[in-house]
Amino acid sequence: MSRERFDAIVVGAGMSGNAAAYTMASRGLKVLQLERGEYPGSKNVQGAILYANMLEGIVPNFRDDAPLERHLVEQRLWIMDDTSHSGMHYRSHDFNEQRANRYTIVRVQFDKWFAGKVREAGGTILCETTATKLARDGSGNVIGVHTDRAGRPILADVVVLAEGVNGVLGTRMGLRDVPKSQNVALAVKEMHFLPEHVIAERFGLTGDQGCVIEALGTISRGVAGLGFLYTNRDSVSLGIGCLVSGLAESMESPHTLLNGFKCHPSIKPLLAGSEVKEYAAHLIPEGGFRAIPELHGEGWVVVGDAAQLNNAVHREGSNLAMTSGQIAGEAICTIKNQGRPMTKDNLSLYKSMLDKSFVMRDLIKHKDVPALLHTNSQSLFSTYPKLISQAAQGFVRVDGSTKIEKEKAAIDAFIKARSRWGLVSDAVRIARAWR
Amino acid sequence: MSESSFEPIEEKLYRNRYLVDAGRPHIRVRRHLSPSASLRALTKICPANCYSFDDAGQVKVVTDGCLECGTCRVLCEASGEIDWNYPRGGFGILFKFG
Repeated sequence: MSRERFDAIVVGAGMSGNAAAYTMASRGLKVLQLERGEYPGSKNVQGAILYANMLEGIVPNFRDDAPLERHLVEQRLWIMDDTSHSGMHYRSHDFNEQRANRYTIVRVQFDKWFAGKVREAGGTILCETTATKLARDGSGNVIGVHTDRAGRPILADVVVLAEGVNGVLGTRMGLRDVPKSQNVALAVKEMHFLPEHVIAERFGLTGDQGCVIEALGTISRGVAGLGFLYTNRDSVSLGIGCLVSGLAESMESPHTLLNGFKCHPSIKPLLAGSEVKEYAAHLIPEGGFRAIPELHGEGWVVVGDAAQLNNAVHREGSNLAMTSGQIAGEAICTIKNQGRPMTKDNLSLYKSMLDKSFVMRDLIKHKDVPALLHTNSQSLFSTYPKLISQAAQGFVRVDGSTKIEKEKAAIDAFIKARSRWGLVSDAVRIARAWR
Repeated sequence: MSESSFEPIEEKLYRNRYLVDAGRPHIRVRRHLSPSASLRALTKICPANCYSFDDAGQVKVVTDGCLECGTCRVLCEASGEIDWNYPRGGFGILFKFG
């Protein structure tokens, strides 16, 4: 590497890194982006849903050429026991709008596209390059990045850490801690390929309409977890994510849980005849507001999953990542244009802008939910789903017993499993965490 | 659950693309007398089954099928039981879809 100096180095070419790099490059900053994969996206994993509103704020005309799979018209939430599911479905024709609200995407393809936008805007992306260490001056200020390519560090006024949930730079340099096991979920996922028309028929879709299923219950064996199924154009993403702390305690194997979910009688027919072409795993930040580390310092900011910016309740992450990257980019441009240095004080602009955005406001609202999921996992993810399934079956099965008997049996089952006091306290805890 | 819940992990990993950095594993297990609960857990919860017991009852790691998720790092890096790094640039898992 020459002694070329950049206005900003962005570590990582995921959602937050691409958003930050694009924002800065399109405003004329000299940006270098480092990506350890052979191309942007090759190390990235997501379900995946794209939230149009946030991308529109960055690339307004993205629909012209972004690789989008299907626009979502239906959301299903299933509560499962071993043989059944009961569900809440929401489907609306309103989602068949010109500028659809949510799309399924395939991350590798999408990230390649997004990185292409960064290049068009004038950013430089260096792939197959693992950032190994932050470079600091004598006073500890971050002045650049060491990589596995060059002996000397690459220098910049500011480093944007968009290194993902499992980033090593910031954690090794003591800028933030490695996530705790109760604050990350391990998601495993398979890509099931099926002909486009088969997906349309099985899920009742026409054109590029799409559907999402999210499922909780005995599929996670009492560990806090969520199964998911996303319809892409000619593939279905099927996966399950569980808190790492729960997996470690229960010694449940994630790929066995995924196989169980895949073979559940409610899921199996949806995938029949599919060809699986990939198996992926990734961590998801679940700690919420209370797990957010310091977001800026002398010569650096941290964005996206690396900053734990993920809304576990709404399963939103990529939008928080994009918006945090965008805001960091805007803040850096503002500071640069004012001719001020990238000090911790000046970079607090990023934090104050983020605090005013939906990112922090949503995370504050749900700040108590992660602890609830962690401590009540057995009842929330096993006991209640079983009780709900039994009650639902009692409600619809006609077997000669009277409705009064059935109702009493259902109520008795809840009380027997959780006790009257337990039911009330569970309800209060959930309501409190939610408000 | 049906019989196919027991699809072996090798079947899953076989479909993935890797560029293995031969002879340069990016994760190492430090020598230990008896494995801790966290280290033992990795033999079950590593999604690529990279961790297993050797003949001496110690936990070992083979990183060829690693999906680079970081679960083992979250559980066992702080205690010093494992050394964890990303593979060199360009090596490791190469997701086709992600």
